[in-house]
Amino acid sequence: MTDVTHSAARTQSRTGQIVLRWLLYVILCLFAVYYLMPLFVMVTTSLKSLEEIRTGSLVALPREITFDAWKTAWSGACTGIQCDGVRPFFWNSVLIAVPGVLISTLLGALNGYVVAQWRFRGANIIFALMLFGCFIPFQVVLLPMARVLGLMGIAGTIPGLIFVHVVYGLGFTTLFFRNYYVTIPAELTKAAKVDGAGFLRIFWSIFLPLSLPIIVVTVIWQFTQIWNDFLFGVSFSQAGTQPITVALNNIVNSTTGVKEYNVDMAAAIIAALPTLLVYVVAGKYFIRGLTAGSVKG
Amino acid sequence: MSKWLEEHLPKVVLAPSFIAILIFVYGFIAWTGWVSLTRSRLLPKYEIEGFIQYDKLFASPRWDVAMNNLFLFGFLFIGISMLLGLVLAILLDQNIRTEGAIRTIYLYPMALSMIVTGTAWKWILNPGLGIEATVRGWGFESFTFDWLVNPDYAIYTIVLAAIWQSSGFVMALFLAGLRSVDTEIIRAAQVDGIPTWRIYTAIIIPSMAPIFLSAFIVLAHLAIKAFDLVIALTGGGPGFATDLPATYMYAMAFSRGDIGQAAASAMIMMAVVFTIVVPYLYSELRAKND
Amino acid sequence: MKATVLTASTLALIAGAALAEPKAEVLHWWTSGGEAKSVAVLQQEFADKGGVWTDMPVAGGGGDAAMTALRARVLSGNAPTAVQLKGPAIQEWYEEGVLADISDVAEAQGWADVLPASIAGHMKCEGTWCAAPVNVHRVDWIWANAEVLAANDIEMPTTWEEFNAAAEKLQAAGIIPLAHGGQAWQDATVFEAVALGILGADGFKKAFVDLDEATLTSPEMVQVFDQMRTLRGYVDPNFPGRDWNLATAMVMNGEAAFQIMGDWAKGEFLAAGKTPGEDFLCASVPGDGFLYNVDSFAMFDVSGDDAKAGQELLAELIVGPSFQKVFNLNKGSIPVRTDVSLEEFDMCAKLSSEDMTASADNGSLLPSYAHGMALRGAQSGAITDVVTQHFNSDMSSEDAVQALAAAVANSL
Repeated sequence: MTDVTHSAARTQSRTGQIVLRWLLYVILCLFAVYYLMPLFVMVTTSLKSLEEIRTGSLVALPREITFDAWKTAWSGACTGIQCDGVRPFFWNSVLIAVPGVLISTLLGALNGYVVAQWRFRGANIIFALMLFGCFIPFQVVLLPMARVLGLMGIAGTIPGLIFVHVVYGLGFTTLFFRNYYVTIPAELTKAAKVDGAGFLRIFWSIFLPLSLPIIVVTVIWQFTQIWNDFLFGVSFSQAGTQPITVALNNIVNSTTGVKEYNVDMAAAIIAALPTLLVYVVAGKYFIRGLTAGSVKG
Repeated sequence: MSKWLEEHLPKVVLAPSFIAILIFVYGFIAWTGWVSLTRSRLLPKYEIEGFIQYDKLFASPRWDVAMNNLFLFGFLFIGISMLLGLVLAILLDQNIRTEGAIRTIYLYPMALSMIVTGTAWKWILNPGLGIEATVRGWGFESFTFDWLVNPDYAIYTIVLAAIWQSSGFVMALFLAGLRSVDTEIIRAAQVDGIPTWRIYTAIIIPSMAPIFLSAFIVLAHLAIKAFDLVIALTGGGPGFATDLPATYMYAMAFSRGDIGQAAASAMIMMAVVFTIVVPYLYSELRAKND
Repeated sequence: MKATVLTASTLALIAGAALAEPKAEVLHWWTSGGEAKSVAVLQQEFADKGGVWTDMPVAGGGGDAAMTALRARVLSGNAPTAVQLKGPAIQEWYEEGVLADISDVAEAQGWADVLPASIAGHMKCEGTWCAAPVNVHRVDWIWANAEVLAANDIEMPTTWEEFNAAAEKLQAAGIIPLAHGGQAWQDATVFEAVALGILGADGFKKAFVDLDEATLTSPEMVQVFDQMRTLRGYVDPNFPGRDWNLATAMVMNGEAAFQIMGDWAKGEFLAAGKTPGEDFLCASVPGDGFLYNVDSFAMFDVSGDDAKAGQELLAELIVGPSFQKVFNLNKGSIPVRTDVSLEEFDMCAKLSSEDMTASADNGSLLPSYAHGMALRGAQSGAITDVVTQHFNSDMSSEDAVQALAAAVANSL
């Protein structure tokens, strides 16, 4: 008797389990729809002809798929009197983002290493001051920064843009590495010092090899920030050094002209591809890197 | 010499970054403070005139709207993103078979800038083009979703898009946190027959306190800097119902040629940041020293 | 010996100046198809005369982003050679001491004789010429779908009462009377068109050029806001945030009947293959006067003979008759010169040109406040804040008038 009720309860709980499981998947899928919606609209629009966009629903599937808009966006759309698409600007962005990410990551690693492992008097205050720098709204710094870049003689150049991104990336990169290195026991450094290893030696042969997860996190973060930046890109560039976000803006935000939404969307997706790729490829390591310590605080 | 260098090398390494931050953050804040006391128009001027810019700022109804929006937006955005991030992380931590794919879908919005997604959002939220029109097209004639065009609700569409962009990132933070909770303790609790929801509320979530703080700092930074989002989605409208301090400052400095006014608004923004962030930094760093 | 070296180097300098290849880095916000094509015409002419053109386009927000870039460039001591600037902003930049004097070119080319006086006034800074005008956009246009009007037996309105009557009729017939995009600048565009009709040319000038408080708080201004409230009722509920060109499309496909917008809207009609007079109608909004929005280029003070040569050549070409014609055919606006033949232009452009000459004679040729021609940014922005707030809420006209006066006072 008791046995029967028991097994009935078990079956019941198992069906409950299955229902719950299904519910779980349904919820997760609903959220996936929410997250994918804008991308869906962008991709479908970029594959439609202008005629179809004018006449049909903006959020419907394309009746006829055409890649013309993509071709135009990449190498034919007008961003001013040049009609070379976003291609030249794409390479500018690469030239800005790659050194910018590398330098700010390296500096962040060194800073984090010092603040976490070589504590000296005032190190915490210095760290706090650097961290507060993360919060400064960038609109505030545009004008004085322009003046400083002019004085340094790098106004309007790619090195100038790299410099700006490195400076305003330092807060976050230092934060990431510091929070990661702080979890590594101080005894490790002490022991290495006893063995006669110096500051740089310890960094190079002990800390850096341990840092892969947090490097991934920092690189993803910085790359996203720099690649997607518009405000610095538009203010501190000149003809020939404008990054892709500025070109995209020129295509998308023209005020008194005919709008080619399919080209707009294709250009937007092209501009976003590198960051998307980084998230898709490195996403797994991203969670791992975060798990490994950066957020343990 | 080399001994001195070896001894001071940590400071020497840190020095350039620190000096850069001193100049480019604190020096620039001081510069802004100075300019906020002047009548600078198109370009900065340096003759101090007193607090006129602050008087004007506080007399401006538009600034009131912007500040109220910042608190409303910040509160909802940070609160909902945290909650949603946590819930999604817990759901995703139940041995989901397609976890990798779903995680990437949730995370990708962080990779896109609002210049890229703004137009798409505008269409989706527009009653005549997007969700409302689509649902009505399915036969639900009375379905209404017109937040974007309603001055009283437009700010919530900004919240909606901001959550879309950042909640996946918060989920990643929490997921990482869940994965680093000591599994021994959880197993012990399960053996003791403690229900799952109790394990979460009593053991797992409290152990993730530092993650709440990290998430808070990332979200607060995004909330205060929120700018692209507003420009792309509503342009501050309808009217100026969705203005935020960052867009107010930008409008003053760059479209209106009123740099003194922009500097004053920037200083008030910095003060708000200061009151939010400093307690965090204080608690965070004090905890480390214990 | 020393003397010869000196002479030789002086000679080389002079030769260098004479032979300097004209160079120009041009900051502008004309990036889309038709506009970009129009600028390309200028670049082509520039290149034909041996000039080297570096393009620096920054679109967005009707020039906001370009102005951001400009400030950063000027502060960093790296100003572009020529910049698309307009209205009082030209004089504001001049006061900062960063503009170059192009009087030599202007006088050699006789600009004073071919430009309407009020427009020439915008190009001058304390008596010297400091900017070159490109075109005249008329702002106070009303566009209509010809077929919709005919089907409902409606004439193009000549007073606001007629407009309101027509709108009621259209609304009853299930057609959106007024296509509008709820962005602050579009609200302001409609507002100034209404204000011109109700206040008249003198009142408009007093209110939006002189910022006369009595006019700003006058009963007529209350009427202006009343008419705005009435217009609000003729707009479909989904208007906020809509781009102006989507509003134009609504007129084109018969969803809506009218749109109040500058003559760039014509380009949108033409691009869709519509014919003025047949498919769509153009008329000035009710009331007498002409609100102009003149695009122009200001030359910044830069060093280098090649850059200076570039500025002079550019200024000469911009006002030159051939560019004036080709550019404006592309852009939908009309030439700023009064001596360019309008033969190839469409009927709307011809109407615009006739009206411009007529209103220049009777003193009703007025600068558009909504498009930054009449006031400095701080003041026009303050007015727009009130206009857009009134239009997008249930604020009363009396309150709006008070808010208007307060905002203007606060912005001075």
